[in-house]
Amino acid sequence: MIIHHPLLGPRDAQEFTVLGDASLIDRPDGMAEGAPDAFDSYLHLRDNPAGTHRELWYHEAGDRSWLVVTRDTRTHEVMQVELARDVALAAGRGR
Amino acid sequence: MADLTPITALGGTVLRHESIGALRIQEADDWALASVTARAGQAQAVSAEIRNLTGLDLPGPGGMATAGDWRALWLSPESWMLAAPLAQAPDLAATVKRTTGAAAAVTEQTDGWVRFDILAPDDARLWPLLERLCNVDPARAGPGTATRTVMEHLAVIVLRDGPGRAAVLGARSSAASLHHALVAAARSVA
Repeated sequence: MIIHHPLLGPRDAQEFTVLGDASLIDRPDGMAEGAPDAFDSYLHLRDNPAGTHRELWYHEAGDRSWLVVTRDTRTHEVMQVELARDVALAAGRGR
Repeated sequence: MADLTPITALGGTVLRHESIGALRIQEADDWALASVTARAGQAQAVSAEIRNLTGLDLPGPGGMATAGDWRALWLSPESWMLAAPLAQAPDLAATVKRTTGAAAAVTEQTDGWVRFDILAPDDARLWPLLERLCNVDPARAGPGTATRTVMEHLAVIVLRDGPGRAAVLGARSSAASLHHALVAAARSVA
């Protein structure tokens, strides 16, 4: 599998490790009302789609950047690769 | 003061070099290294300070820049490795830190790395060696690039100095394993 890194171009999947669902970016506020329930969902509840799936990948053997990879779990076709930083900034996070 | 004997990354008192066919693999220890990572929102300020200090324009993704004796490698977004001759810059990290101040995190890296220079008559005799060891794409890794990748599970940076020339930076703690990988692959393609 080839990951088209947004900065470095096509790189072999061997250089990456996968963390899991990209929803891990949206860590709940631990001080907010109802935080225990929010964290329970954050930790344990995952969609397991047969089809398009967004995942966090880490370019461990490269530039150490976190990426959001959108791929089809049935075919392993990679549709989109974004820097996780850009995704978080676009979602209104500070960094 | 204790009478200490300096040793090279491979544990010898002199630097190792091997000539295998048309390839030459040389252990090298003449660079001082410091990593420079811009703090949030400070990348432009850091670039300007480094340009004042070294004359370098910090390179973009996958790039390597040289200016006089100075050299900069792109490591990751807003993070670079600076290199200078060790004899002239024994205190490189402190020098850079004085320049960048609070705008960047500067870390001494000199003793963390080993460098092997690979010399071939031309690219055509260099690439069979690199292709056996790593995923670097010949079409994208011409002179002036610095590519972070793996060789035999070891994280390395492959630098391209010019036609037929490459340098591999790897962890000093696994220098012997990296050296073995390079020599074994060179014997296979020689």
